[in-house]
Amino acid sequence: MSERENLITVRDLTKTYQTGSVEVFALKAISLTINKGEFVAIMGASGSGKSTFMNIIGCLDNPTSGEYLMEGKDVLTRDKDELAELRNSKLGFVFQSFNLLPRTSAQENVELPLLYNNKVEAAVREHKAIEALTSVGLADRLGAMPNELSGGQQQRVAIARALVNAPLVIMADEPTGNLDSKTSYEIMGIFQKLNDEGITIVMVTHEPDIAQFAKSNIVFKDGKIIANHPVTDRKIAMEELKKIATLTDENSTT
Amino acid sequence: MKFFNLFRIAYRSLNRNKLRSFLTMLGIIIGVASVIAMLAIGEGSNQTIQKSIASLGTNSIYIFPGTNANGGVRGGAGSNQTLKLEDADAIAAHCDLVKYVTPLVQRKSQIIFGAKNWNTMIIGIRNDYMLIRSLSIIKGSGFTEPDQRSAAKVCLVGVTVVFNLFGDENYNPIGEIIRINSIPVKIIGVLSKMGQNTFGQDQDDIVLAPFYTVQKRMMISTDHIGSILASGKSELQVVDAVDQITSLLREKHKIAPSDDIDFTVRTQSELSNIFGSITKVMTILLASIAGISLLVGGIGIMNIMLVSVTERTREIGIRMAIGAKGRDVLFQFVIESILISVVGGVIGIVVGILVAEMVATFGGWPVVITPLSIILSFGFSSAIGLFFGWYPARKAAALNPIDALRYE
Ligand SMILES: Nc1ncnc2c1ncn2[C@@H]1O[C@H](COP(=O)(O)OP(=O)(O)O)[C@@H](O)[C@H]1O
Ligand SMILES: [Mg+2]
Repeated sequence: MSERENLITVRDLTKTYQTGSVEVFALKAISLTINKGEFVAIMGASGSGKSTFMNIIGCLDNPTSGEYLMEGKDVLTRDKDELAELRNSKLGFVFQSFNLLPRTSAQENVELPLLYNNKVEAAVREHKAIEALTSVGLADRLGAMPNELSGGQQQRVAIARALVNAPLVIMADEPTGNLDSKTSYEIMGIFQKLNDEGITIVMVTHEPDIAQFAKSNIVFKDGKIIANHPVTDRKIAMEELKKIATLTDENSTT
Repeated sequence: MKFFNLFRIAYRSLNRNKLRSFLTMLGIIIGVASVIAMLAIGEGSNQTIQKSIASLGTNSIYIFPGTNANGGVRGGAGSNQTLKLEDADAIAAHCDLVKYVTPLVQRKSQIIFGAKNWNTMIIGIRNDYMLIRSLSIIKGSGFTEPDQRSAAKVCLVGVTVVFNLFGDENYNPIGEIIRINSIPVKIIGVLSKMGQNTFGQDQDDIVLAPFYTVQKRMMISTDHIGSILASGKSELQVVDAVDQITSLLREKHKIAPSDDIDFTVRTQSELSNIFGSITKVMTILLASIAGISLLVGGIGIMNIMLVSVTERTREIGIRMAIGAKGRDVLFQFVIESILISVVGGVIGIVVGILVAEMVATFGGWPVVITPLSIILSFGFSSAIGLFFGWYPARKAAALNPIDALRYE
């Protein structure tokens, strides 16, 4: 049952930006359904509207027109506070530029969504934050400041922050855009693990090999979806990382 | 949103931006401290002036030559020589509402004792002077009537003069002969210590001598006197006494009813008003300086708050993306501003009081710290801190989270 349950449904979603006298049609009547448990990679050239779409389904931005349902319920009629609660409890964001609070330790960054969640007691806050950081492999860097962490580590802190409130879906806009390929695979490993645990993942990427880690790919072009298909030859991050490891081993022995 | 969580968020944010928090606080500290110190100095001198004027005796009446009140007050109007000794005598003889009266002549002179010399004010007085000004003598005695009549070469000295001529304030100079304008004069008494008046003038830096001694032996012109000091029979009759004196002198000086009089009669309370308005001007001046520092402090607060808006707008974007509501963000910023204002304000109050006390201790200037200055400065700085913490935050919180995240 859960496999087929609709999580996100959009119909005729459009977004128009007015820059001076020019109208930019960033999204042109997008209709799409994303089910629970999916791992979707959104592909497309730069400027094709991927980020605009993500920001709207992530409730960070409003569409110009269209319909958006989450778990069958209308989203666009909700007020700002309700949207904030939705983001806090059901959505987790991962950005290309990490967007951690500067001069704030990894643990405090991860605790942040819990501080804005009334249902979380102070007593469990620390425990939850440590648990989330442990699940992304940063149990030993709790007190580290963002500038003391590598890009991959910062992105893992951001992922821990995204999942600390046990969201339904993680939305990641080019999460590997600033990372090398090995680190990118590690991030994909975390996403695949979370997805296996039942969290839906929507990820924007323009790198075809990263999109191979998802279960299905959607391709945007000029504000429209031009393709939507399951990934046939899906990559598994653990295996890819093993391959890299053996490759580097061979290199170093020869 | 739990309040305590917001408090924690605000505290972490301040702690994270120590320099910014400190600079903002500095603006408030400077603003509050300067206002408190300035107004304390202004109010202090105001009160002391009032007190020292009251100590002149509430019944006192001053008669100066000329009509310029300020010139008269300063005693420097040498060009207006219109008062004569006979005016003082006439007041004593004819004005029944006047209790005591003394003519005064004074000049700045050099006095010498042995190898030491000192410049001070010599005032020629009648014995009534001591009664009008309630002066007392701690060592020796005052002038006798024969001293007065014969222009005896005797004098009373203040303790500052004793110190400067004899090297020790407590030295007993009775019987010593000093030279005033090369005239040998014997010290027969020491005046009890009066301290400084409000203008920082040392009231103990004074030599009193019998009226004729100064007028006949030390003044170039013996026709005119400097001023006349009198006192009314009672406080209630002072105004009537002034009228009596005015009409008497008008008659004596043969001034037609339509003409202006050539002298000025002032009561102690009128003088107090004049000085009061002088100190008011001074207080306004100090308050303006303080107000400017408050403004500068406020601009400092504003700058720091506004400069950090870019950084903070992104921060707000991040917070909203992970679930902060507009009011959570606003409350956080307001709590931050309140913390800064309260801590900065309290430090400012302490610094202001310390500065005022230091002025009092080391500058010898009287200070009075008023609650109003504390409330005013604290209120103003916190209002600025609050506003410039709140206003940009409100703007940022009204943005779409994505616009706040992208803000540059
Ligand atoms: N804030 C904005 N104002 C004006 N135009 C925008 C804004 N954001 C995006 N666009 C335009 O919308 C289109 C889609 O942008 P975006 O969704 O960021 O593309 P992608 O993420 O696929 O690279 C682009 O043409 C871009 O220039
Ligand atoms: Mg993009």
